[in-house]
Amino acid sequence: MDIAQRLNRATRQVPAWPVYLIGAAWAGWLFWLGVSGQLGPEPINALERRYGLLALQVLVAVLAVTPLRVWTGISLIKYRRALGVTAFGFVLAHFLVWAVLDLQSLARIGGEIVKRPYITIGFGAFLMLIPLAITSNNASIRKLGGAAWRRLHKLTYPAVLLGAIHFVWLVKGYPMEPFLYLGAVIFLLALRLVPKRKPAARSAPQATATAR
Amino acid sequence: AALAMAGGSARAQGLEPNTLEQISTYNNYYEFGTGKDDPAAYADALVTDPWAITVDGMVDRPGEYALADLMSGLTVEERIYRFRCVEAWSMVVPWNGVELADVLDKVGVQSSARYVAFETVVQPENMPGVARQVIPFPYVEGLRLDEARHPLTLLATGIYGQPMPKQNGAPIRLVVPWKYGFKSIKSIIRITLTDTQPPTTWNRLNRREYGFYSNVNPEVDHPRWSQASERRIGGGIFSSRQDTLMFNGYGDQVASLYDGMDLQENY
Repeated sequence: MDIAQRLNRATRQVPAWPVYLIGAAWAGWLFWLGVSGQLGPEPINALERRYGLLALQVLVAVLAVTPLRVWTGISLIKYRRALGVTAFGFVLAHFLVWAVLDLQSLARIGGEIVKRPYITIGFGAFLMLIPLAITSNNASIRKLGGAAWRRLHKLTYPAVLLGAIHFVWLVKGYPMEPFLYLGAVIFLLALRLVPKRKPAARSAPQATATAR
Repeated sequence: AALAMAGGSARAQGLEPNTLEQISTYNNYYEFGTGKDDPAAYADALVTDPWAITVDGMVDRPGEYALADLMSGLTVEERIYRFRCVEAWSMVVPWNGVELADVLDKVGVQSSARYVAFETVVQPENMPGVARQVIPFPYVEGLRLDEARHPLTLLATGIYGQPMPKQNGAPIRLVVPWKYGFKSIKSIIRITLTDTQPPTTWNRLNRREYGFYSNVNPEVDHPRWSQASERRIGGGIFSSRQDTLMFNGYGDQVASLYDGMDLQENY
């Protein structure tokens, strides 16, 4: 039995729901660090960045699920919804810290969204993720139908790409980190254009269709 | 010396200095990394003793000065200044230092000089950020001669009466309180008097975002963020923003330096 099969068998025992718990606990723990002065003397900016970075990291993981299955046969598809919703939670937290704790006024929030391109695209990415978060449940899939639901959820691609550009655009100078994230996102999106091999573990043919 | 009261008047304006802990744990010093806590984590390795400063260009007495020689005979004063970073955060820092003008008098500025250029030390083996080239090193900055000679402009060697923490630019750094913090170059090893406007690091990196003057100005936004308000460091997670003051609150003393200049143009 190869590694992919062994891993897939192991993950069958591990449910997806703890992902939500871990995400919520992580966000809460970071907030508590900020409140208790453990994120340094400027906790608002620190919290803003920590939530934003976490969101991007989890979104990269979400984008990696399908290529991982196609190219290695390792299927983490059962965790993807939980990861996506958790990532949205971090994006929401990032947005709320920025809007409520950092800018503190509707006029400033509106002004920044209109005037600052990196904020415009970040906000755009946030808006794109809202319908995806709302429809991340079985009832919505039934209601929309699988094809329409999948089409809608392709919004993930531009949203994550905009999120990564948002990161590159906001830094001063040329640090490597944001470019690595942007590179990873572009790579994971480009992989989807590469003609696919048959899944290594030729298990369920219909899974190929659902998991793009 | 004319502004020896600056510290006292700062207190009178209700300026409560930040704690040394805050001042020395939230820093931009990219030679040690881009994180705000990187300088405090890594600057320990910086070798600051012995320290020599090369003074060259249009001066009567050029040469390599030991730090102690450059400072000898000058009075170190306490100046409590607002410090406003271009990233829209601010602190209040009780600096100890000498007026740059006094140091310039010591080396004898020639009449042809119009600008002062500064350079930060580069110790690649002691500065983990240097290899990453996030910005080009050595870090360079500059002032117009009249700005450099202004009595508010300091060469600072300490904070709270203690030697300058390495992460804050030990052993000697510039402090120009009416300009964004990046003008106040750290760990100076070269001072050059020149008749042409010297290159400055952030301006070279992004001309549109960082001008040569970089005076604190709430009406001229950074292209990517507003400069109209700022956050005082140390207020915690629910602290409110405060309005940014023209020339960081030092307009009555420095505005005349820019008489007749369009500050939107010369940002």
